[in-house]
Amino acid sequence: MKSAYIHIPFCHHICHYCDFNKVFMKGQPVDDYLDALANEMKLTVKPEQDVFKTIFVGGGTPTALDERQLSKLVESIQELLNFHQEIEYTFEANPGDLSKEKLVILRDAGVNRLSFGVQTFHDELLKKIGRSHRAKDVFESIENAKAAGFDNISIDLIYSLPSQTKEDFIDSIKTALSLGLVHYSGYSLIIEPKTVFYNLMQKGKLPITSEDTEAQMYDTLIDQMEKHGLHQYEISNFAIPGYESRHNLTYWNNEEYYGFGAGAHGYVQGLRRANYGPLKKYMEPVNNGDLPIMSEHKVTREEQMEEEMFLGLRKTKGVSIRHFAKKFGINPTEFFAEQIKDGIRKGLLETNSDQIFLTRQGRMLGNEVFQSFIGVSNH
Amino acid sequence: MSREDRLNRQSKIRNFSIIAHIDHGKSTLADRILEKTNALTAREMKDQLLDSMDLERERGITIKLNSVQLKYKARNGEIYTFHLIDTPGHVDFTYEVSRSLAACEGAVLVVDAAQGIEAQTLANVYLAIDNNLEIVPVINKIDLPNADPERVRNEIEEVIGLDASEAVLASAKAGIGIEEILEQIVEKIPAPQGDPDAPLKALIFDSLYDAYRGVVTYIRVVDGTVKVGDKIKMMATGKEFEVTEVGVFTPKATPVVELNAGDVGFLTAAIKNVGDTTVGDTITNAKNGAVEALPGYRRLNPMVYCGLYPIDTAKFNDLRDALEKLELNDSALQFEPETSQALGFGFRCGFLGLLHMEIIQERIEREFKIDLITTAPSVIYDVIMTDGTEIKVDNPSNLPDPQKINRVEEPYVKATMMAPNDYVGAIMELCQEKRGIFIDMQYMDESRVNIVYEIPLSEIVYDFFDQLKSNTKGYASFDYELIGYKPSKLVKMDILLNAEKVDALSFIVHNDFAYERGKIIVEKLKELIPRQQFEVPIQAAIGQKIVARSTIKAMRKNVLAKCYGGDISRKRKLLEKQKEGKKRMKQVGSVEVPQEAFMAVLKMDDNHTKK
Repeated sequence: MKSAYIHIPFCHHICHYCDFNKVFMKGQPVDDYLDALANEMKLTVKPEQDVFKTIFVGGGTPTALDERQLSKLVESIQELLNFHQEIEYTFEANPGDLSKEKLVILRDAGVNRLSFGVQTFHDELLKKIGRSHRAKDVFESIENAKAAGFDNISIDLIYSLPSQTKEDFIDSIKTALSLGLVHYSGYSLIIEPKTVFYNLMQKGKLPITSEDTEAQMYDTLIDQMEKHGLHQYEISNFAIPGYESRHNLTYWNNEEYYGFGAGAHGYVQGLRRANYGPLKKYMEPVNNGDLPIMSEHKVTREEQMEEEMFLGLRKTKGVSIRHFAKKFGINPTEFFAEQIKDGIRKGLLETNSDQIFLTRQGRMLGNEVFQSFIGVSNH
Repeated sequence: MSREDRLNRQSKIRNFSIIAHIDHGKSTLADRILEKTNALTAREMKDQLLDSMDLERERGITIKLNSVQLKYKARNGEIYTFHLIDTPGHVDFTYEVSRSLAACEGAVLVVDAAQGIEAQTLANVYLAIDNNLEIVPVINKIDLPNADPERVRNEIEEVIGLDASEAVLASAKAGIGIEEILEQIVEKIPAPQGDPDAPLKALIFDSLYDAYRGVVTYIRVVDGTVKVGDKIKMMATGKEFEVTEVGVFTPKATPVVELNAGDVGFLTAAIKNVGDTTVGDTITNAKNGAVEALPGYRRLNPMVYCGLYPIDTAKFNDLRDALEKLELNDSALQFEPETSQALGFGFRCGFLGLLHMEIIQERIEREFKIDLITTAPSVIYDVIMTDGTEIKVDNPSNLPDPQKINRVEEPYVKATMMAPNDYVGAIMELCQEKRGIFIDMQYMDESRVNIVYEIPLSEIVYDFFDQLKSNTKGYASFDYELIGYKPSKLVKMDILLNAEKVDALSFIVHNDFAYERGKIIVEKLKELIPRQQFEVPIQAAIGQKIVARSTIKAMRKNVLAKCYGGDISRKRKLLEKQKEGKKRMKQVGSVEVPQEAFMAVLKMDDNHTKK
């Protein structure tokens, strides 16, 4: 059973916080890119063996493609990837980009999950962070999506945005919950280099949210979600039971996945791989029958164990002791005895008969725990 | 070689140093002299060749001494052997300057044609005159638009009292006047006077450790001759060795048959032990050696002390090795083991000044790859106890209970500052703030003033020089000398983190400033110590009395809650970076404290000045 991430690096607008691989769409060789993407899938996938349980098309902005381009993309995917009958097939969508026609194209191609980049419901803030959509677009898009038959819909929210108050964020949570969706993601803003925000910050022109406010926002998010029956299954993800994103869980479960497209990351046969980001660098090898791999790292057994921990602990369920022991032939409570004991002593970790997992406080301070599992085997 | 040959050769030797204020063009002049004497081909020529350590280049200062032998064909047709001995250019290194000067018969004094004499230059010229050196004045940078050579000529005559009528007008940068300088070196600086047949007397003015050859000692032969195979004795330590190599720097190390009275060069003798060569010692023959050692070399005591601790406690022995290696090249460095409750095992180290301390610290981190915690610098206090006994305290945490102390005395310096008269107010204000006592003020000419204060050394070692520079837009120059101890109302300020006293953070402060400083330091520490998983109270206390407090809030959120997609490597890197940052912190009790926090006491004046 396989998973695939497919990257569409085109955007009509670039958000002030985004450091993903992306370009302004205008004047780009979109069709050539879609061809190259198909070539890469052809080169990589073995149709007899590879049956896909999850596909996630992200960006950039996949919905920036026009109807013809979108059809071309989903047709390639349908042709080249063998779907499991219970596939989770997600498209990332920008509110306002999804016309009724596009929704039909996606639905007919087997897409069964949509993830909208809403970020906040405050139009002023949306403007400030460089988003092109407005709150009303969200309501409309979701209504249309539901009408087109999509019931597995998620939205992303971002907190600790510049000048965002705690009240602003609570408003956004409430509005989001009023939509009655099955899945929500809440991310905290990280200022990354090579973004508009980073440059503003360097000049001292970006109001930075304090750690205390950010913590309160995160606390509130967890509380509000739980109150409405959306349980936290990962640091940033909340779902009605049964609607957890299976694609994202492959990451946290430390399972393998393909990464297709410019700048995409994959984990295949024990190798963590990154594709070339620039379109030309990506397309050239692919069109010559070569893989567009920029870097590749063979994950050692020790690294695998570390990753099993720091990825697995992101899930509220945590890491299964039995599963770990079966996978690596050693009990994690033995291999990481010191780290686990220390985490428990600090009130950040807890264990039961089979699971090692973060406490509520541990979820707030996850990095403190994750770090402790890194580089252990080198010493 | 016969006695006559040796004496004849000796009469053609000229040993000299260059004295200059920083930025007045010493390094450029040294380069030009090397060029003019063809010591180097153009390809070998690197800018500022004598400053060989990276650190020196970066900071634009000379720390280590270097000596180089040059051949110069003078206008009279004779060929002369020059030994140019480089001198350090910072106030912390007065001692090293005195060592190199004692190996010379003359000095070239370089003064900037626009800026004139600076306090630092003045101090070094007096050192040279005290050593009976012949001075060759050079007015440099005459090609600059604001050059005023005649004013500077007068200044040299009036301020120093030298005859400057023949001072060379030069521009080292443009290559003007270089030959004239070389001619004056031949004419004015006397040849060395030693007796080549007398028992060997060679002065060690520097040394460095070479992994293959052992200790390389830089020497000036005063009397006698030394060659390979000679049995020699170090007069201070009494240790004996057999010479394995003698040579000169051209500037490459080049072996020679012998070094004679008057020569400057190096020798190796399979000396392995760091303690066997003391800079300032006299080398003589093992048998029938000189009776009396050479005078003049006086070991200067460190003025500033601090604790150096490895962050990784397992590196204590590595740190000892590093200090031993550095000590070999740096006779002013002192260290002995000490223990801190907060920091574990480390060393209390003595330095000539703050710059010296920073350089050693940086070299240990850079060359020996040991991450360090440096405690705030301290001077040596004389503590007279109620029972009449007297103790010396170089570590603030060792200051006894106030009840047992009769009085505390602290070292004072005479500080001489020179600046344009517009800055007199700023300088006086700074000196008052630093508990200075006004001594004298004199006008050098219509626009330049020489100001003298007596200031506690402890105030100087912090950031006095930096503040002086910034308060006078860099125009003031500064020199100081120790003048002795005076009683002061001093108290020990302890710092408590999470209710535990951290000995490494204690400092000594004047009673009148104690409250204010306590307040500043707890705020500063709050800035410097990152949030921990629990709230950490910070308190400043004198004895049992808390004089200031502040609180580091508990860490509230530290979890990557960003959508990273499948880029796990990036996530790993981020966590690795966070972990790496932690490794550079010291666990003190239950609190993780970064390096900078231990120097917080130095940063207090940032706030102080802003206020």
